[in-house]
Formats: sequence, C-alpha cells, structure tokens
Amino acid sequence: MIRFEPREHVSPLRRIAAPVIAAVAALAVASLAIAAAGAPVLEAYGLMAKGAFGSAFAMSELLARATPLIFTGLAAAVAFRAKLWNIGGEGQLYAGALAAVAVGTGALALPGPLLIPTVILAGALAGGLLMLIPALLKVRLGADEVVTTLLLNFVVILFVQMMLEGPMKDPMGMGWPQSEPMLDEAMLPKLMDRMRVHAGLILALVAALGVHIVLKRTVWGFETRAVGENPEAARHAGIPVTATFLRVALLSGGLAGLAGVGEVAGLKGYLTADLSPGFGYAGIVVAMLAGLSPVGVVVAALFIAGIFVGADSMSRAIGVSNYLADLVVATSLICVLVSGLFVRFKVRFVRVGTGKGAA
Amino acid sequence: MSDILDILLAANFWAAALRIATPLIFGVLGALLCERAGVLNLGIEGIFTAGAMAGWMAAWLGAGLWGGVMVAALAGAAFGLLHAILTVPLGLSQHVSGIGVTLFATSLSYYTYRTALPDVSSPPRIEAFQPLDIPVLSDLPFLGPALFQQTALTFLALALVVAVGFVLYRTPLGLAIRAVGDNPSAVEAQGLSVMALRIGTVVAGSALMALGGAFLTMSAFDAFFFGMVNGRGWICIALTVFASWRPGKALIGALLFGAFDAFQVRLQTEVGSFVPGQVFLMLPYILSIAALVVVARKADYPRALLKPYFKGQR
Repeated sequence: MIRFEPREHVSPLRRIAAPVIAAVAALAVASLAIAAAGAPVLEAYGLMAKGAFGSAFAMSELLARATPLIFTGLAAAVAFRAKLWNIGGEGQLYAGALAAVAVGTGALALPGPLLIPTVILAGALAGGLLMLIPALLKVRLGADEVVTTLLLNFVVILFVQMMLEGPMKDPMGMGWPQSEPMLDEAMLPKLMDRMRVHAGLILALVAALGVHIVLKRTVWGFETRAVGENPEAARHAGIPVTATFLRVALLSGGLAGLAGVGEVAGLKGYLTADLSPGFGYAGIVVAMLAGLSPVGVVVAALFIAGIFVGADSMSRAIGVSNYLADLVVATSLICVLVSGLFVRFKVRFVRVGTGKGAA
Repeated sequence: MSDILDILLAANFWAAALRIATPLIFGVLGALLCERAGVLNLGIEGIFTAGAMAGWMAAWLGAGLWGGVMVAALAGAAFGLLHAILTVPLGLSQHVSGIGVTLFATSLSYYTYRTALPDVSSPPRIEAFQPLDIPVLSDLPFLGPALFQQTALTFLALALVVAVGFVLYRTPLGLAIRAVGDNPSAVEAQGLSVMALRIGTVVAGSALMALGGAFLTMSAFDAFFFGMVNGRGWICIALTVFASWRPGKALIGALLFGAFDAFQVRLQTEVGSFVPGQVFLMLPYILSIAALVVVARKADYPRALLKPYFKGQR
C-alpha cells in the first residue's frame, strides 16, 4: 500500500516544481487529444506558442486575457486559504460587470478622474456583497457554500440576461441584448496603441501585491490562515472565526467582481451575457497552480491565458477545436493536485503485512 | 385560482413532473451513494455531461439505445474511478478534485463532440427512447397518462430507487457502505477494505449520475447540445442533503422539484407577459438553495464525509 510521510521542510525549488510538472503533464495529455483529432502535435504546439507569444499583438492578447484570470485566481486563492470554498467567481464576475455598467454608462455625471474609481469600487462591492450571501448562509445557517455559490452563478447570469433584455438594454443596440456603451471617461486607459491590453492589468498586479502583503504581513492575513488550517483551534485562540469568514468572503467576491469591471471597462466597453468564457472557474485552476500564493497567481494566470490565446489562434489555423484549451486547463488542475502531493509528502510504497515500515 | 387548479389536475402536468424528475433521480441516487461512503462527488456536473455526450454519440454511431446507456454508464464509471483514486488512496481535497473532474469531463466531452462533428451547426438526431405503451395501465384514466406513458429510462430510475434502497438497508454490502462513510476504522476492524468499498461505491454512484445525463440526450431530447446539463448536477448535490441521503426521500425530493419546475413552466404561459422569462428560469436554482438552507441546520451528514482515511489510522 501507499504511505504518505509529511516532509519536515519543503524546499522552494520543490514548491515551484509541482505546478511546472503539472503544466508539462497537462500539455502531454493534451497532445494525445491533438493526435486523436488527426492533427500534427508539434505543429499544433508551435502554432499555440506563436499565437500566445509570437508578436506584440499576441503578447497584448495574452496580457488582456490574463487580467481577469489574475482577479478570479486571487479570489479563489484568498477564499481557499480560509477553506471558504467560493466556486462562485463566475457569478461575482458578472455582478461586478453589471455594477460597472450601471454606474459607468451615464447614470452618474462625474468627471473622469472620479468616475473610474467609482466604477471600480461599484464592481468590487457588487462582487463582494454577492459572495456575502452564501458566506452568511454558511456561518448563520450551516448551508454548504460550495453548492450555494455554484447555484448562484446560474441565478446571476440569468439576472444579467434579464437586465440586458429589460431595463438596461441598449436602445441603440439593434435589438441585441447588450447594455449601453460605457462613457469614454469611464473606460480604463489602454496600455499600448491599437492593442487591447488595458490598465486593468496594472490594477490586477497591484491587487496581487496587496493580497500578498495582507496575507503575509497583517493580522487579517494571519487570522485567515489560522481559520483555514483549523477553525476550532482558531476559535479557541480567540480569533473571530465568523468575522474572518465574512471578511474573506467580501475580499474574495470583490476581487472576482473586479474581473468583471476589467472586462467591460477595459476591454469590451459594454456588457453582454456571454462576457466570460468561464473565467470564474478557470480562476480556481489558476489559484491551485499557484499553490494559493498571490504572486504565483500572476504567473499561473499568464500560463492559462497563454493556453487560451494560443489554442484560439491554433484552432483558426489548423482546425483543432479550441475546447482543447479547456481540456489543458482541467488536466492541469488534476495534475497539480497530484504533483502537490509529492511536494508535501514523501510517498512510500510499503508492503502490507511484513510489519516493517509501521510508523 | 382555478387556473392553478387546472394546471395541478392535468395528467400531462404530472407526466412532465416525473419526466423532469428522472435525471435528478439518477443524479441524487448517485450522489447519495458516494456521500454515504464518505466521498463528496462534485464531478457530478461533468459526469452528467459525459454521460449525455457518450450515450448519445454511441447510439448515433449505431450501438443502439441500450448500448448507448451502457456506454454512458461506463463513461461515468471511468470519471468516477478518477475521482475515487484522487480522493481515496491519495486523500486529496474532495472539493478541488471534484471540480477538477467536472472541468475535465466537460471539456473532454465538448472536445470529443467538436472533433467528431467539426462542421455541424445543428447536431444530428437519434431515434430516442419512446414512451412505453403498457397494456391496461397506460389506458387508465388520469393515472395512465400521468404515470405510465414514460420512457423505459424513467422506469429504470424508479426501479433503481428501490434497488439502491434495498442494497443500502437490507444487505451486508449496504451496511458496509454506510459504515465506511460514518466510521471507517470500525469497518477496517471487521477486516474489510475501506479503500475498496469507497472506490467501488464512488464508481457505481458515478455510473448512475451518467445515466441522468444519458436521459437528457436519449429520452428528454434526441441530440447533444453544449451547456445542456445546465447545473442539474449541482441541483442534485443540494437535493441529496434535502433527502437526508435516503433513496426514498430522494425520489420525493426529485418529484417535488419536478412538479415545481413543471408548474413554473405552465405558470409562465399564463403570466409570461407580465414577468420576464428569466425569473422563471432562476426559480429551480433558488429553490435548490432554499431546499439546502431549510434542512442545513439539522442535516445529518455522514460523519466521515470529506475525511480521507488511511489504513491503520484511528
């Protein structure tokens, strides 16, 4: 049978090796899928690399795609640290986007320097408050937050559809269910001429740094980790467990909400109900690849964004379905779980019944 | 008021309720089996998708309808085995592993579908299961159309409620499965393998979940669509808590849910001009959350749920 012995010291190299091995393993599994589709594997990977990194345009697309993934990755990382299973990043992203268009399309007459912060704040608040519902249901009524956050995703997207076909529908939208366009003054500036990468990326990097500092250097961060490791022990140590959960919920939902703000105020300029191709769920993979480290989230988001952008470009060139990207993302989540095991534990295969190896 | 009574008294309303309940019956039975053995299986949403895709595609390729059902069950079992290996011998987080299995099964199903059918805009249709015409019973007034004009898969689901209940409460195997989710070290003390019991139960439960998916593409509809599972797996996880992990209550919960869903569809045609359609579409999800919240405080979770077990540990 297999036995796991916890390592006393996990070297930084080993820590970094886990996601790297997982990424390589996921790409290896995906190459089977490419081969099964009858496409040349090496050429497909070459095209993916070129599509993700091969030009200034590719890099801009990569960074634009990484921006929401950093936010949703941070959202998952913060929550999972406290063992608050927020799987509702997708819904919180839409809530943030909805709030951004609610204040950014002309309802508020503020000058630009005030309008942009208002839009950002509104989006973060909407995401945070949305996550507060399942968190309160958890701490007050004991309802499992995994199921409630998952189910709320569907409710929120339907709510967005309702608003886009009703009160928030763009009268000039040729009948399409989309919001009015954001005011020019409410849009996040572009970082490069004629490229899509926008200031949301800066905001995401600042958020990653901020979360890093909060988790590592503040009492809040200490309480978050303590609650995640053992809520009962934390309670005995006098840590306000419920308040910590609610704080983490607000922060996590707020970060996911910012992903939505970036997508409408940085990229699209208006809201549609197909704004996110699953950024909320991909954020979970980003967080796990990052080992729940905020700085790692940035790196992992770049990897996942590269897979998505590269697969899109490769799919256009040789016709392999771009669902390949989702397959790589899913496989890398499973692989990082397994490789993480080898980081934290020595895995021993021992024979049963010899009496040897008993601890 | 009389409109509402008209709806509730129509035989086709109850036929629709049972039809909507069928995939949920499969799903809740599968989920409660896994959880009874101590393993939360959040792979359910992806396993539904895989069952829907695999069953439909096998039938489309000529395996026959029951061949398709078998293929769906096998696909579900395979993804269940993956989840079981990750969570039982490796003891990884059941939450994260389950989400991983859902993402993996969903993306693999979509990728396979797109690779097999690269250029179709509307999916090819199969000759789906037809309502059985049972002599005498189908011709009964009211009860006939309400209960006995369903497809074979609905009757299979109802039979499985009895079968799962029988196994869980009337056989030594069922006793062992329930014990392994409550007190695994006691099971080990009996000389039984906790690992084998948990893996086997998760595999079997996942096969049942996949049948729920197969019902969607082979009975409710006759083709596979992206996003057609649409949260039904997550709803099953909520209903499992609502049903206190009991097959009989699972049937009642799924039927209540089906009746409510059938009711809101009919209400929509009555008042649809005043209320946006999305409000009605939200109701099933809100109802599931409400069902979970109502029972959450007194829910008697299997005591070893989410807890990995290693041999020799107390």
